[in-house]
Amino acid sequence: MKRFNVEIAVGLFVVAGFLCFAWLSVRLGDVGLFDPPTYTVSAEFGSVSGLKPGAIVEIAGVQVGKVTRIELNTEKYEARVEISLQKGVVLQADSIASIRTAGIIGDRYIDISPGGSDELIGPGGRIVETESAINLEELVSKYVFEKDGKKE
Amino acid sequence: MSDFAATSEPNVPTGQEPAIELRDVCKRFGRQEVLRGVNLTVFEGRTLVIVGASGQGKSVIIKHMLGLVRPDRGTVRVFGQDLNRVGRRGLDDVRRHFGVLFQNAALFDSMNVFDNVALPLRERTRCSEAEIRSNVEEKLALMDLLGSEEKFPAQLSGGMRKRVGLARALVLKPKIVFFDEPTTGLDVSKSNEIYRLFHRTQQQLGYTAVIVSHDVPKIFKLADQVALLADGVIQECLTPEAFQLSDQPVVRAFVEETMGRLYRSDAEEEGLYEKV
Amino acid sequence: MLAFLEKIGTETLWYLETAGRMGLFLLRMLRGIFTPPFKLFPVIRQVHFIGARSTFVILFTGAFTGMVLGLQGYYTLRKFGSEGFLGSAVALSLVRELGPVLTALMVIGRAGSAICAEIGIMRNSEQIDALECMAIDPYRYLMAPKLLAGIVALPLLTAIFDVVGIAGGYLVGVGLFGVSPGAYFQGMYSSVVWADVEMGLVKSLVFGLLLVWIAAAKGYYLHLERSGGFGAEGVSRTTTDAVVLSSVAVLVWDYLITSIML
Repeated sequence: MKRFNVEIAVGLFVVAGFLCFAWLSVRLGDVGLFDPPTYTVSAEFGSVSGLKPGAIVEIAGVQVGKVTRIELNTEKYEARVEISLQKGVVLQADSIASIRTAGIIGDRYIDISPGGSDELIGPGGRIVETESAINLEELVSKYVFEKDGKKE
Repeated sequence: MSDFAATSEPNVPTGQEPAIELRDVCKRFGRQEVLRGVNLTVFEGRTLVIVGASGQGKSVIIKHMLGLVRPDRGTVRVFGQDLNRVGRRGLDDVRRHFGVLFQNAALFDSMNVFDNVALPLRERTRCSEAEIRSNVEEKLALMDLLGSEEKFPAQLSGGMRKRVGLARALVLKPKIVFFDEPTTGLDVSKSNEIYRLFHRTQQQLGYTAVIVSHDVPKIFKLADQVALLADGVIQECLTPEAFQLSDQPVVRAFVEETMGRLYRSDAEEEGLYEKV
Repeated sequence: MLAFLEKIGTETLWYLETAGRMGLFLLRMLRGIFTPPFKLFPVIRQVHFIGARSTFVILFTGAFTGMVLGLQGYYTLRKFGSEGFLGSAVALSLVRELGPVLTALMVIGRAGSAICAEIGIMRNSEQIDALECMAIDPYRYLMAPKLLAGIVALPLLTAIFDVVGIAGGYLVGVGLFGVSPGAYFQGMYSSVVWADVEMGLVKSLVFGLLLVWIAAAKGYYLHLERSGGFGAEGVSRTTTDAVVLSSVAVLVWDYLITSIML
């Protein structure tokens, strides 16, 4: 009887613990157990400063995928970003991928504006037209220095 | 071997196999030199009693025999195997033949009496639960403990704990049984009970016994050999009769100090043991 | 002068010896896990002791930690007008830091001290010697179930702590201050990634091992304590030492793991 109670208590504990852990890893950690099927496309940017793997990819503000990998293209010294997109979302060849910031200090994400071309980007394809991350400091300093230059 | 036997064990019948041999065992703890070259032989099927004033390291000798403590120098052989060289597996193989009754019985306080006695069977044999039950109950009956199976060690009296400890020590039918102060803290009738059980089980199972005891002179009646440990060495190892008559000054001092009342109390205890 | 040098020498030797002993103890404990016969029930019993019976205290501390994070986070974030980040602030600090560390500290207080005292008393009353003389490996029989249970129970407890904490933060943020529930959860979902959950998991696994290891080793080597590990006082002193030592070890390792994995 005693042994039975111990086993039930441990069983309850383990189930509760596993449920919590599953919620953490699936909902928060985005472990792709129940994700819809995806395909991968790539895009090259002049700068991806601030973008991290796992960042959201949106079309018209709706999440359609996420960034899976960021690496340096050592020939052109550009950033190569791999994006996994949901299967149902198709991209035209002239779609534009731009890196945006949520708010002023928020996370970086990729926004894709659909194009009008009849040609589509298939799995493994590349988004040619890209817009790099806007570097706030650079913008500010540019503005300040240009003003200085005009004074002289 | 020969020179040792000549000096220390002249009274032991020849032709017996040594079960345990200590050769020149030295041990120090920190700055304190506890053993300074102990030589001792325990013969198979015999009972060796180690006596000596407290704090002399009698328990340390037993711990060496059990392989719990390694000697700084010298060898400990059990059934001819050097405990220092047999390795972990080998030591376990040797210990399979050991049974130990610790000073405070060392029962596992989280287990009841039955589980305590059953533990060696459960962990070391492949007996079925039914076999274990019958075996344990047999041992408990022998120790007059039936009905206490469900009790926990904290609920037992000192004498009962010792009896449970003895049942646990004997449950695997050991070849050598060690008793570390088997009667300390017990009153006269309880300790007589322990001696009686010891004597009966030894006759039944024929094990070799090593007893560390303060209980002079009573213990002499059970001993085949008595060894006196003083100043880190075994002063003498003789039959009880020869021990009491020894001329060796340290032994003599010990005998006179502890056995002043031997001859007075002898008569009262005459009836207690079958063996004299 | 010579005496002084000698003292330094003995001190150093003593610390080296202790460190070596602890290391060997861990190795033997790990070996004990892989030594047959394997028995499940002792492990279940230890999971019950270390894990299941700590659940209540973990629920309690988890909820209040989450609530205080919600409170503090709200007041800080409001200054920047970014209350929407409350969910991610609470979740990130819980999942990466506070969950594993506070769970480990609570379990040290509840179970670590008990493990140390239990094994220390077994050492004092010769029960460990008795095991060895029965040719029962104390590492396999006593330590391995505790170690396994620690490694199993800590991540589960930590997960419970995190979830309850997130709920506590929700309670305060959404219930009390009117942060929008959607913003709370959406911010959390988008900012917490697997790497964060993984870090929490690694930490809780390491802490589980650490706390059982230190508590058990302290108890096991009670008789070698320099201050004299005898009697009830020896046990209590060593238990206190074990609790302090394992708490410090948890915090040190927390820093190390964070710096390695970030």
